[in-house]
Amino acid sequence: MTEEFNLDTVEHASRTPDSELPWADLGLRENEFEDIQTILGRRPTAAELAMYSVMWSEHCSYKSSKVHLRQFGDKVSEAMKQHLLVGIGENAGVVDIGEGWSVTFKIESHNSPSMVEPFQGAATGVGGIVRDIISMGARPVAVMDALRFGGIDHPDSQRLVHGIVSGIGSYGNSLGLPNVGGEVVFDPAYQGNPLVNALAVGVMRHEDIRLANASGVGNKVVLFGARTGGDGIGGASVLASESFDSSKPSKRPAVQVGDPFAEKVLIECCLELFAASVVEGIQDLGAAGISCATSELASNGDGGMHVELTNVLLRDPTLTPGEILMSESQERMMAVVTPENAAAFEAIMDKWNVEYSWLGEVTDTERLVIEWDGEEIVNVDPKTVAHEGPVYDRPYHRPDWLDELQKSSFRASKQHQERPQSGPELAAAVLELMSSPNMCSKDWVTNQYDRYVQGNTALAMPDDAGVIRVDEESGLGIAVSTDANGRYSYLNPYDGARLALAEAYRNVATSGAKPMAVTDCLNFGSPEDPEIMWQFAESIRGLADACQELGVPVTGGNVSLYNQTSGVAIPPTPVVGVLGLFDDVGRRTPSGWRDDGQALYLLGTTADELDGSEWANLRGHLGGQPPAVDLSIEKQLGEILINASRDGMIDAAHDVSEGGLAATLSEMALRFGVGARVGIDELCERDGIDAFTALFSETQGRAVVSVARTEEVRFTDMCTARGFAHLRIGVVDNPPGSPRGAERLGRSPVVDQASASERAETQPEPALDVQGHFTLPLASLREAHEGTLPAYFG
Amino acid sequence: MAPLEGDAAGARIGVVTFPGTLDDRDAARAVRLAGATPVNLWHGDGSLQDVDAVVLPGGFSYGDYLRAGAISRFAPLMGKVTAAAEAPGSPLPVLGICNGFQVLTEAHLLPGSMVKNENLHFMCRDQKLTVENASTSWTNQFTAGEQIVIPLKNQDGQFIADEHTLDQLEGDGRVVFRYAESNPNGSRRSIAGISNAAGNVVGLMPHPEHAVEPGFGPDSSGADRRFGDTPLASGTDGLSLFTSVLNTLLVA
Repeated sequence: MTEEFNLDTVEHASRTPDSELPWADLGLRENEFEDIQTILGRRPTAAELAMYSVMWSEHCSYKSSKVHLRQFGDKVSEAMKQHLLVGIGENAGVVDIGEGWSVTFKIESHNSPSMVEPFQGAATGVGGIVRDIISMGARPVAVMDALRFGGIDHPDSQRLVHGIVSGIGSYGNSLGLPNVGGEVVFDPAYQGNPLVNALAVGVMRHEDIRLANASGVGNKVVLFGARTGGDGIGGASVLASESFDSSKPSKRPAVQVGDPFAEKVLIECCLELFAASVVEGIQDLGAAGISCATSELASNGDGGMHVELTNVLLRDPTLTPGEILMSESQERMMAVVTPENAAAFEAIMDKWNVEYSWLGEVTDTERLVIEWDGEEIVNVDPKTVAHEGPVYDRPYHRPDWLDELQKSSFRASKQHQERPQSGPELAAAVLELMSSPNMCSKDWVTNQYDRYVQGNTALAMPDDAGVIRVDEESGLGIAVSTDANGRYSYLNPYDGARLALAEAYRNVATSGAKPMAVTDCLNFGSPEDPEIMWQFAESIRGLADACQELGVPVTGGNVSLYNQTSGVAIPPTPVVGVLGLFDDVGRRTPSGWRDDGQALYLLGTTADELDGSEWANLRGHLGGQPPAVDLSIEKQLGEILINASRDGMIDAAHDVSEGGLAATLSEMALRFGVGARVGIDELCERDGIDAFTALFSETQGRAVVSVARTEEVRFTDMCTARGFAHLRIGVVDNPPGSPRGAERLGRSPVVDQASASERAETQPEPALDVQGHFTLPLASLREAHEGTLPAYFG
Repeated sequence: MAPLEGDAAGARIGVVTFPGTLDDRDAARAVRLAGATPVNLWHGDGSLQDVDAVVLPGGFSYGDYLRAGAISRFAPLMGKVTAAAEAPGSPLPVLGICNGFQVLTEAHLLPGSMVKNENLHFMCRDQKLTVENASTSWTNQFTAGEQIVIPLKNQDGQFIADEHTLDQLEGDGRVVFRYAESNPNGSRRSIAGISNAAGNVVGLMPHPEHAVEPGFGPDSSGADRRFGDTPLASGTDGLSLFTSVLNTLLVA
């Protein structure tokens, strides 16, 4: 940029209507540039162009998704809104969980930055979502992450897995936030576009909820935290809103660099500001930096703001006004403070050694005016920047190839004919499944995250949901789980989205919590491709319908489009996070059985549903229709699991989903290293399926529970009364004195070797015994399950 | 564990917060669950507020961008802590956990140092330890040789020191905790925690404050014969460090 361009004032712009502006390089379309000129009645200044270009980007404006996202607001009943304190549209939604407590949670993507620079991209993804939580007035209490990589054996996965996992760990661990769950998926379909979706949860008292707006004429606007540098300039418009193409220059300069220490200090500092009531509102700086913060604060408040941009503290003094407005430097916040509170604000900044600069004040002019050394370089209606951007109802149509794909069922495939059937074949199949990239233990990843910090973690991975205590006196707490299945969505995007919600909902209920609210991160390819736009529209329709049916509202989330490289798009991946409520986290249900002699029940029925399954995936088959979704069954199952947990009827529960019953039983046995004797013949007879289908089908609406002998009658009576299918399929095998060999690495210490060998002489090694078919010693199962990630990633 | 005599609730135990400290609220909870009163101390203050003992909790003070603990040791409060810990007569009991241990070595209250884990990763796991010395201010409620399980979580957890120092620590019985059964991070001689000569200053890398409350701790305990015998997440082996110091204060 030239010196003259820097000094492009409003007055200069009016005088030079014909100056060439780089609107196309900034990611604007021609019609958008024309709209800006119409709104302003003149050409935009360079600084205004910078602001509009980032704020009107897909990432910030939701211009392609808005018309569809409205369904989340429309398909909502009064009952669903009952516990909503803050809905969609704010930094994050807020849910009333009772006893005066409220919870805010949200999931967001940082896909493109993580592709370009895995460590910093993933780290700042955590940083960004945590700042959203802080700006609501909440103390962050947990994070989760849903990760999708390409093929596990692809060379680039080495760079991405190490970088992304250590980026998330480094940032989250340094903030003192327990990481309590998430997903790790490997699929060559994500090769060019890995997905990094980060979720954060915060808690606050009702009276502490804060909304970001600039109200009160004469109040002061202050920027605090890290200095503004050249990192992440144009990140939102350039990176997140465009597809990658090898013909373009490296995108590296558009990725931000994180400083978790600065963010940790910022968290404590903001909480102190809120507690001392010295701020009217706080807005985090994320995508589009100061452009976003000023225009959103102004348009959400009294409508005007005056800012002197030379007051911004810089890391790099050569930045132009446009660059300063677009910079996505991390760990920055903007606050509105009354003049009377200015001194108190400064005292708290000084205590925490946080830098700040007073930028300007709130006005009632309905204009956002930004000056550069006294010269006006921006004079806009902030609403036109923040909220009234372009809206596109992009054309979409059902892909022609879908019929053919949906007709190609697994049952009709060669792979189905070759399915394992004998005992040894089934045993080998279970080992293969449990060591496969998607079903193997994720301990290698999760052991790099702190799950203990804050001392409130009641459950974490590998259990079905992360459970966090909110109130130390009463035990009031929450459960959170995220889920998505790109293969299901690829086969049927409408049902795929409903299945994602069904599973996250089921996971939360399996832990014993009552599902309350939903956040979503919608990851798709380019909206300019009508077939992908159709996938997107169908997914939203499916998710909105399913939310309505299950009675859980969407409180916020994020859309990530353009996840495609060289014309190849990711499968539709709507990641759904569900928040659940516990009146006392002490009654949460773990995913593994322990007590000898407890009865194992399979809840729900099993159909022949292997299309899109993990087993079909292992055999290279993708076709047919995903498992049928019956949300009324999910709701009933949820109620049974929640009641059983509340009334102390069950001691373990785990849902049946990817990998089918085989995966569920294996994971339940490995959780505490305790075996079981299981019979599936009665199940096969009742549901008219073979052993292979019983073990690997992914029929929804199922869970396995472990019931104490004394509770069996009460439990089965409850299921019978509700007319819900339940079948006793086995018993926990853990006689006193039996060894528990091969315990989870990292979760538990190794057994005392001497006494283990002593016991081994008298007691059989624990095993998963599927009677009449096969017996798998847990030691071999564990070796298969836990060996995969270390083998690839060290 | 011997029951405490007298009224421990009168004991006031300071928990220091540096910028970037993470486990301060957890340490305060542990102090409370042990029966004493936690007192929040700010690194920049010049007074120990007459506390009876001090805990330096875990975290990433100043981001650990320099050597872990290297900046925190210069905090105004650390001067007071160091002087009180070395005071003749009745030296102040000081416990450094993880980053707090690193601060204690930087402050030269304890020898040695910590470098990156052998596998170069952050590591979070439930760790079995052997209590080697059950006579320090922070371990007198254990018995020597007892095994306990508490969480280990850090990036720079590998204890190193020169051979002479290591021999001296061993010879003087100042190795307080040792990793049992497997050495998770390459620490010299599997050392997990050490004390000063007087036994009032103890530092360890694992986190006892995360094994103090049933339902929110590890899935096992050193007393278990098998993993998983402890009710879900109910290992509380770490609590004895905090009751030990109360015992020390009552006896004194």
